[in-house]
Amino acid sequence: MAERSFTKEVQDLRLGAGQEFRGEGILAITKALLECGVGYVGGYPGAPVSHLIDVLSDAEEILDELGVHFEANASEAAAAAMLAASVNYPIRGAVTFKGPVGANVAADALANLSSGGVMGGALVILGEDYGEGSSIMQERTHAFATKSQLWLMDPRPDLPSIVKAVRDGFALSEASNTPVVLEVRIRACHVYGAFETRDNRPPPLTVREALENPQRRTDRIALPPNTYRHEIEKVTRRMPAALDFIRERGLNERFGEGGEVGIILQGGMYNSVIRALQRLGLADAYGETQVPLLVLNVTYPLVDSEVLGFCRDKKAVLVVEEGQPAYIEDAIAAALYRAGAGCRLVGKGTLPMAGEYTGSVLMEGVTRFLREHGERHLPDAERAPGDGAPETAPPDLSDIVPIRPPGFCTGCPERPIFAATKLVEEELGAHHIASDIGCHLFSILPPFEIGSTTMGYGLGPASAAGLGVKGGRRSISFIGDGGFWHNGLTSSVGNAVYNQSDDVIVVVDNFYAAATGGQDVPSSRAASAARSTQHSIADAVRGLGVTWVREVDRTYDVGRLKETLTEALTTPEAGPKVIVASSECMLNKQRRERPRREQAIAAGERAVVPRFGVDEDICTGDHACMRLSGCPSLSVKTLDDPLRDDPVAAIDESCVGCGNCGEVAEAAVLCPSFHRVDIVRNPGRAERIAARLGGALIGWLQARRDRRRLVFGEGG
Amino acid sequence: MSAPQVIKLAILAVGGQGGGVLTGWLVALAEANGWRVQSTVVAGVAQRTGATIYYLEMSPAAERAPVFALAPSAGDVDVLIAAELMEAGRAVMRGFVTPDRTTLIASTHRTHAVAEKIVPGDGRAPEAEVFAAMETAAKRLVTADYQRAAADAGSVISASLFGALAATEALPFPRASFEDVIRASGRGVDASLRAFEAGAAGDVPRPEREEEGEAGPCGPARLMAEWRALETRLGTLPAPVQAMAAAGLRHVVDFQDPAYGREYLDRLDRVVAADDGDFALSVAAAKHVANAMAYDDVIRVADLKTRRSRFDRVRREMGLGPGDVAHVTEFMRPRVEELCGTMPAGLGAWIEARPRLVRWLDARINKGRRVRSDGILWFGLLYALAAGKRWRRRMLRHRVETAHLERWQALVLETARTDRALAAEIVNCRRLIKGYSDTRARGEATFDKVLAALPMLDGRADAADWLRRLREAALRDEKGEALEGGLKTIASFAGEAAA
Repeated sequence: MAERSFTKEVQDLRLGAGQEFRGEGILAITKALLECGVGYVGGYPGAPVSHLIDVLSDAEEILDELGVHFEANASEAAAAAMLAASVNYPIRGAVTFKGPVGANVAADALANLSSGGVMGGALVILGEDYGEGSSIMQERTHAFATKSQLWLMDPRPDLPSIVKAVRDGFALSEASNTPVVLEVRIRACHVYGAFETRDNRPPPLTVREALENPQRRTDRIALPPNTYRHEIEKVTRRMPAALDFIRERGLNERFGEGGEVGIILQGGMYNSVIRALQRLGLADAYGETQVPLLVLNVTYPLVDSEVLGFCRDKKAVLVVEEGQPAYIEDAIAAALYRAGAGCRLVGKGTLPMAGEYTGSVLMEGVTRFLREHGERHLPDAERAPGDGAPETAPPDLSDIVPIRPPGFCTGCPERPIFAATKLVEEELGAHHIASDIGCHLFSILPPFEIGSTTMGYGLGPASAAGLGVKGGRRSISFIGDGGFWHNGLTSSVGNAVYNQSDDVIVVVDNFYAAATGGQDVPSSRAASAARSTQHSIADAVRGLGVTWVREVDRTYDVGRLKETLTEALTTPEAGPKVIVASSECMLNKQRRERPRREQAIAAGERAVVPRFGVDEDICTGDHACMRLSGCPSLSVKTLDDPLRDDPVAAIDESCVGCGNCGEVAEAAVLCPSFHRVDIVRNPGRAERIAARLGGALIGWLQARRDRRRLVFGEGG
Repeated sequence: MSAPQVIKLAILAVGGQGGGVLTGWLVALAEANGWRVQSTVVAGVAQRTGATIYYLEMSPAAERAPVFALAPSAGDVDVLIAAELMEAGRAVMRGFVTPDRTTLIASTHRTHAVAEKIVPGDGRAPEAEVFAAMETAAKRLVTADYQRAAADAGSVISASLFGALAATEALPFPRASFEDVIRASGRGVDASLRAFEAGAAGDVPRPEREEEGEAGPCGPARLMAEWRALETRLGTLPAPVQAMAAAGLRHVVDFQDPAYGREYLDRLDRVVAADDGDFALSVAAAKHVANAMAYDDVIRVADLKTRRSRFDRVRREMGLGPGDVAHVTEFMRPRVEELCGTMPAGLGAWIEARPRLVRWLDARINKGRRVRSDGILWFGLLYALAAGKRWRRRMLRHRVETAHLERWQALVLETARTDRALAAEIVNCRRLIKGYSDTRARGEATFDKVLAALPMLDGRADAADWLRRLREAALRDEKGEALEGGLKTIASFAGEAAA
């Protein structure tokens, strides 16, 4: 059911020693896992590692052949908890989720895991969702590494380096009995490149074999007094072992020699820093640099001796560390100070404290650093700013170019839910509305502007609890099917039942986790051979004690949704009111059905293709319909008519005929200009004859009328 | 240090436009020519209809792998492909297009952002400044409506943009190599190649649609004679007014009959008599009196829905051939107001004066009705309804609309005696009244609210300017926040003047 199928690409997972793999970063990571003899994998989808779950799902055949166990976990917590299999058994395990929000959810399990430590290599592949294209609050996962003592890797963003980091990560984890987080940034996850493959390796001990010989070590369990020993062990045994390993295996890299200045950077920043140096004429296309670099492919722990060695003969070093707080820079500062080193440390300040380190930001920061501390490196033009060609600022079009945030797709089944909500609010007044994580959060943007807060995945209804006094105006909270099964069933619905909430909960069900690309959830409508699906959300909430449950099985029925919401807000019945509003994600549905339909039409089968239209002479150009839609296919156009001041509505060929326009026009009593055209492809004989007869009769009536009045051309 | 050539290419698109496909083709193209290539995209939620960047770097094959960046930098892009006009503007604004090196390929079509569409007036971003900025910023600028080029070929914009890129020769690969990549992609190859061809050719002027309207109407001899008389009267109007008056006349005659056209010209004559100079007031009146007289009542809607020209338009818009079958479903929701509006004025008003009866009736008729206007039954009903036109002048709606028009026109004529510019702005305020049911009621309320500022503007030299500003504010947002702000400003200086 996933949005994107990797069935073709996963065949590359079978490549053997000395062959070349070409593809995306996440697929390369999957291949590397198999080469490392991983015993089990799991994870929870979320950009930028959603496709990793899809790849693993599509690769189950290969995983089975190798004896690798795969779970599509219910949440990041479930995924992290799964790494418990590496505590007592020498089995390598890997899980994936996004950071830092996934790490937030997984934090409990990660802390327990790292307390006792691991025997088999345990790897968390974490997609760091930071910078342009990110969909979450801008934070760093780094803090989780330091607080729970997990090693954090941030490899250079090219396929050979990322693949090497997977191999190194497992070895580092085993050498130091510590779980390792392999952080991969958004663009690195989706970077297309190549690397040389090795043979896949079946796990030396499979999960099945381990189960036959259960092992336990009481001292690994996080319970006092073990926990006190664990903490000591972390610093006396595991940390030194990790530092030795990182140093001896050369996980961090040095480029360029000599010079009185240098740059210490996160591995993930390498390509951008090289680009800045290239543009300054200080590095060539292959990364041969005149300014020495210390590239930290492991960003925690910091190997002090490497840092001190790098800084020894330098006047100043620049630390390139994206995001804040500046954990790495602070650690380097402490190391230099403790060693009494005279090297000047430059970082935040010369580079911005916060925000993505884009090419331009780094170009500016590196230039400034060199101008102040290493001028002899700089080309003449950069040494004396103001000379040479004046830099022209790009034209400022910010007042003209409209912002274009992501929003509901054409035909999205969530649009009518918010159209109905907006209409209900017009009648019953404004309500406190709590939002959740998922595509439905786009409701906060125009044209709906619905929703006041989002407090975390599956926590929408829970976040309305603070305003949950009885007897007053009820709050409405939204939660997606993904969030519902992730955490919402207990944290949100259970909480509402237990605390006798009277508020309204709308579960937005689009048949699977649509926002992350269509991964299955327990309530997925489609049957799945590999997973147990088709578990009813309504039954689940009833099982928890909700008595007022309504299911609307076609969200495009705006009238019915409006009535149901109104009833939920006004019914005297006590307890939470749960509305399950279900319709399939249109993006995925179209991707699946359109090619099928086109094939059928090409084969001569009868098919009905619906599309909406607007009568331009009936539309008055008030755009009320768009304030209840925002659909990409419903837009405005100028009429060739001097009497019209405002553009009228128009629907383009991308319309999928979802019905929202007609339903909204009807429910909101907008205007009669919308119409649905059901185009019948390959109509049957009887149908054609009936259409011809009806058309002839209508044509006769039209001609009759036209004979009796003045008929103007179009636009009259 | 040797400096192998690295070509940096960025694509700015709206999520869903197929930027991923284009990126995939570019990777295949570079590899087919033995180049090293790296591409990056940001997939996921960020892609859902939002602005999205795809980025590629490529260089000739060499022993060692070059270090490629993962994102474009300002001032460091060789080829920028923008799949939409405002995305081209965004690229320029972000510094990705620079005169020293960037070839900018931009599609000139618009995909309007939500913010542009929801404005009650015209919220569309002005395009001229974007075109000017592209001219200034790019080393080489190639523009065309690649969306149309692709759609006409039955394909998507990625194919026509790929063609445009091939034609620029900004990449050192032969055109045949581009085409081979499309052929190897396997899906919709023929349509893609047609779109590729069209994209490479650039803008082809579209054959102009025949100007049907200018030819004048046709109809029975008696009505044509009446029409010609009206045309003669048009010729007596001041020259600047004639074009708009001609459009207005056609509109009202089309709405009702030639007699209604005479009424329109009578009304216009009165305004013209009060006007002189550039006749801005009369031109505005020619437009808005016509719009006011041709109100959207049930009869009008039924008439428009059953016209042959409408049937033809629907088939044209949906791309239907003569043999194709299509069913058309209308979404109608008549309310008691519409029922009363089509009744004889006395009866309609009598019912409207009885709230309980109104509620009772409304409960019976006010529901969504989905009707098949291509079916003989519902077509017949709408056709019969449209025939009610002959009794229209006696209906309640006509009385209400005419009364409103009379009041408004009286105000205009009265104002014109002292301030013609202000009178013209009062005429233009009619633009605020549009839409159906609640939307229309809100429009009327806004119209009244704007005109209620007139006493505060009385005698001011800049009264017309202020009224224009108020109207523009009212068209900016539905909630009327901008209008409230404008009214407060006026109230404050009016208060000062009074004090």
